[in-house]
Amino acid sequence: MDMSEIDTIPVTVTVNGRKVQRFVEPRTLLIHFLREELNLTGAHIGCETSHCGACTVEIDGQSVKSCTMFAVQADGSAVTTVEGLANPDGTLHALQEGFRQMHGLQCGYCTPGMLMRAKVLLSENPDPTEAEIRHGIAGNLCRCTGYQNIVKAIQYAAAKLNGREFQEAAE
Amino acid sequence: MNEMVITREQREARLEGMGCKRKRVEDIRFTQGKGQYVDDIKLPGMLHGDFVRSQYAHARIKRIDASRALALPGVIAVITAEELKPLGLHWMPTLAGDVQAVLADGKVCFQNQEIAFVVAENRYVVDDALQLVEVEYEELPVLVDPFTAMDPDAPVLRPDLDGKTVGAHGPRKHHNHIFEWTIGDKAATDEAFNSAEVTIKELISYHRTHPSPLETCQCLASFDKVKGELTLYGTFQAPHVIRTVASLLSKIPEHKIHVIAPDIGGGFGNKVGAYSGYICAIVASIVTGLPVKWVEDRMENLSTTSFARDYHMTTEIAATKDGKVTGLRVHVLADHGAFDACADPSKWPAGFMNIVTGSYDFPVAHLAVDGVYTNKAPGGVAYRCSFRVTEAAYCIERAMDVLAQKLGMDPADLRMKNFIRREQFPYQSALGWEYDSGDYHLAMQKAMDAIGYRELRAEQKARQDAFRRGETREIMGIGVTFFTEIVGAGPSKNCDILGVAMFDSAEIRIHPTGSIIARMGSKSQGQGHETTWAQIIATELGIPADDIMIEEGNTDTAPYGLGTYGSRSTPVAGAAIAMAARKIKNKAQMIAAHLLEVSEYDLEWDIDGFRVKGNPERSKTMKEIAWAAYNAPPPGLEPGLEAVNYYDPPNMTYPFGAYFCVMDIDVDTGVARIRRFYALDDCGTRINPMIIEGQVHGGLTEAFAIAMGQEIKYDEMGNVQGASFMDFFLPTAVETPHWETDHTVTPSPHHPIGAKGVGESPNVGGVPCFSNAVNDAFGFLGSTHIQMPHDAWRVWEAAKRLGLHQ
Repeated sequence: MDMSEIDTIPVTVTVNGRKVQRFVEPRTLLIHFLREELNLTGAHIGCETSHCGACTVEIDGQSVKSCTMFAVQADGSAVTTVEGLANPDGTLHALQEGFRQMHGLQCGYCTPGMLMRAKVLLSENPDPTEAEIRHGIAGNLCRCTGYQNIVKAIQYAAAKLNGREFQEAAE
Repeated sequence: MNEMVITREQREARLEGMGCKRKRVEDIRFTQGKGQYVDDIKLPGMLHGDFVRSQYAHARIKRIDASRALALPGVIAVITAEELKPLGLHWMPTLAGDVQAVLADGKVCFQNQEIAFVVAENRYVVDDALQLVEVEYEELPVLVDPFTAMDPDAPVLRPDLDGKTVGAHGPRKHHNHIFEWTIGDKAATDEAFNSAEVTIKELISYHRTHPSPLETCQCLASFDKVKGELTLYGTFQAPHVIRTVASLLSKIPEHKIHVIAPDIGGGFGNKVGAYSGYICAIVASIVTGLPVKWVEDRMENLSTTSFARDYHMTTEIAATKDGKVTGLRVHVLADHGAFDACADPSKWPAGFMNIVTGSYDFPVAHLAVDGVYTNKAPGGVAYRCSFRVTEAAYCIERAMDVLAQKLGMDPADLRMKNFIRREQFPYQSALGWEYDSGDYHLAMQKAMDAIGYRELRAEQKARQDAFRRGETREIMGIGVTFFTEIVGAGPSKNCDILGVAMFDSAEIRIHPTGSIIARMGSKSQGQGHETTWAQIIATELGIPADDIMIEEGNTDTAPYGLGTYGSRSTPVAGAAIAMAARKIKNKAQMIAAHLLEVSEYDLEWDIDGFRVKGNPERSKTMKEIAWAAYNAPPPGLEPGLEAVNYYDPPNMTYPFGAYFCVMDIDVDTGVARIRRFYALDDCGTRINPMIIEGQVHGGLTEAFAIAMGQEIKYDEMGNVQGASFMDFFLPTAVETPHWETDHTVTPSPHHPIGAKGVGESPNVGGVPCFSNAVNDAFGFLGSTHIQMPHDAWRVWEAAKRLGLHQ
């Protein structure tokens, strides 16, 4: 089978607010499309089996593990990656701030996926309890933090987005 | 300067030096997706490579046919052992003094062993081509159980060692024997047992598991044929060692090898070793003249690059009737897999397993370790622990509970009775270590008070009575652990890696305007070195941490270091950076004296500069001194303000801690619910309490995983089970308990800033604590020891064995 014989298919996706069109092989995974075609290397690959969530991005308001979705399936969609999370004026999103303030990351490998999952979680449930946060991020694995400070980081962001001050310090 | 007068406290606070919860520098890029990990790097013309792997655990390779793969458009090369032979690279030396096949040389010894390296234009074509390489096998009998490895009729796993009766660590007793390592006074220990009032004996196994960082092992090799230079990006916890090894193996001069470890997505010991993927990517780049990237997938990671543990420890304690320990005797059967690729200092085939006397004053002890080959993946890395220290801590902490049960003593009281006392430090252990400092009684008492230990025992008693009366199907366990680690390898008199002494290094340069770049021999994989090293310099030199940039991982610019593992960064590199700073400070004092026209001896240090004793109005800040160092150095003094330090520690450090776990187990489902987990750590001087707590949380979570279910299992055919995240237990936020943390501070007397290291303590202390809680829950029903891991199925089985399911 010659590479040139494989038909490529046009894909049009709005990524972080910018419309992009590329021709891709049908088997191209969305994570590879983002990382290698568009050079958006924020989302990572941790397991290839949709367990770890390091590749999580937002597609049309939903959390998606981009390692188990074909790029062609995203045709016509709006995709937001961690590179598109900061506010339009360049200031950091409350979640990005919260993760730093509450020491919600260490090696940083799960962080982009975790942030994008948390963003959708807070859009669905703006003021979650600790248990709701823990269930809400159960599709995203972190090997470094033990999650406790990630929970706090999300609580920090929820408080800020709701116009409240988050009192608790990072442990 | 129109600067407002600020207080000493404000001057100190703005440094963000040691002891403050400085927010992490790294987070700014990581939260915006701007970290740079190996797989994020793309070079022009870059190719991809991956392995054809063995489907069998033990087989002869009769034929490899790559013709169909090579015919696939986009495939550049297929490399087998035959191609590597002329280069002498088909085998490579291991850190443990053995050799390991880079690509299978006529035979495979574990499932998923590397057979051929396929190089193609992109990763999809590589995957296509892997399916097209035909390998014909002849199956051989498989050896999985280490307890049968030295049976007379056991299969010969390593014909390459045929006739070799002496290995890297002494005589070999059998064709599957690797080494026997013994330490301690055997005769005196045997005598202690012969005259003992009470003895216990238990086989305590620590199962095979895997560090499994979220980023797998990967590299990108780029060989410049014109310059004869190799650039190697990789997930390296020890980049300089990789450079030296790459030079020795490839014969490329070391100065022409540029090893760069960019951001690393977790290591936990997995990224210390040198793997076939690195060698093959380098060779492929040399052969093709193009950059070649190798990225493991998760299954390859879990099944090939470096397992951890697999220690089977027959443990005996001798004691008096009233609970004073009089002797410890341990025999370890160590399953090293198909090649002995343990990542230990070269002279230590069983790592620092001889810390197995733990926190207790054993007058005599003896340890013997037998390493054997089996048809399993090689490795034996220190998964978030100093070398074999978690095995040692598990062994002694479980055994102390077994002894307490036999004596009818409370396990906390038994520990208190046998602790090394504060006044005994520095303490010479029966197995050869000199513990630097500790106050175990203080730490244990603080922990017991904090958790309400006596009340918990009373509650447990009431619940046991209720269980016996049939009023509940839940049993309550209280896990007690007091661990002592040995970290910071190491003094060069003891420790080397392939002959390179285990020092570490720092280089600090102060620029004319008073900001700093410092380069280190260590390499963060998430520990936050860019944040904490700057804090040490800030305190030592009075320059704000925000004005200090830390650089690690580029072997061209960083001084030679042995890397980050075994909690050695703070004890060794952390000392190097303080010592380098002090060299600078000495020179700065000379410059300040010159500027202030006084003698050096008339000056004293004051937070961020020098002032004249008795005349504090006359002073020079470090920033002013830095400018002068480049602008008006004293006559006879060379300009500039920088220093390098290579630190060879006089001893290792001995962090310790008291951990308690409260657990409720449903005997009908086997599900264990962690009610509380309290961890008190003493890591000496605390550089950044926020980062320490984060390390403790993470280490406890890994300990929870290991103790409660994480395992690399093999079936009787040597098929690896659990090599994906479907089967390999990594806890999510839902299962992970809430962690309570606490501390005492006993500085290390020999470390420049008194710090001991903390990243691995929670794993070392956490595993026995969870296991002791499970065992403690079942103890009143007559059980003495239940093997890990304690997943719900095995706990349920334990309950069944005890007859609880009628």
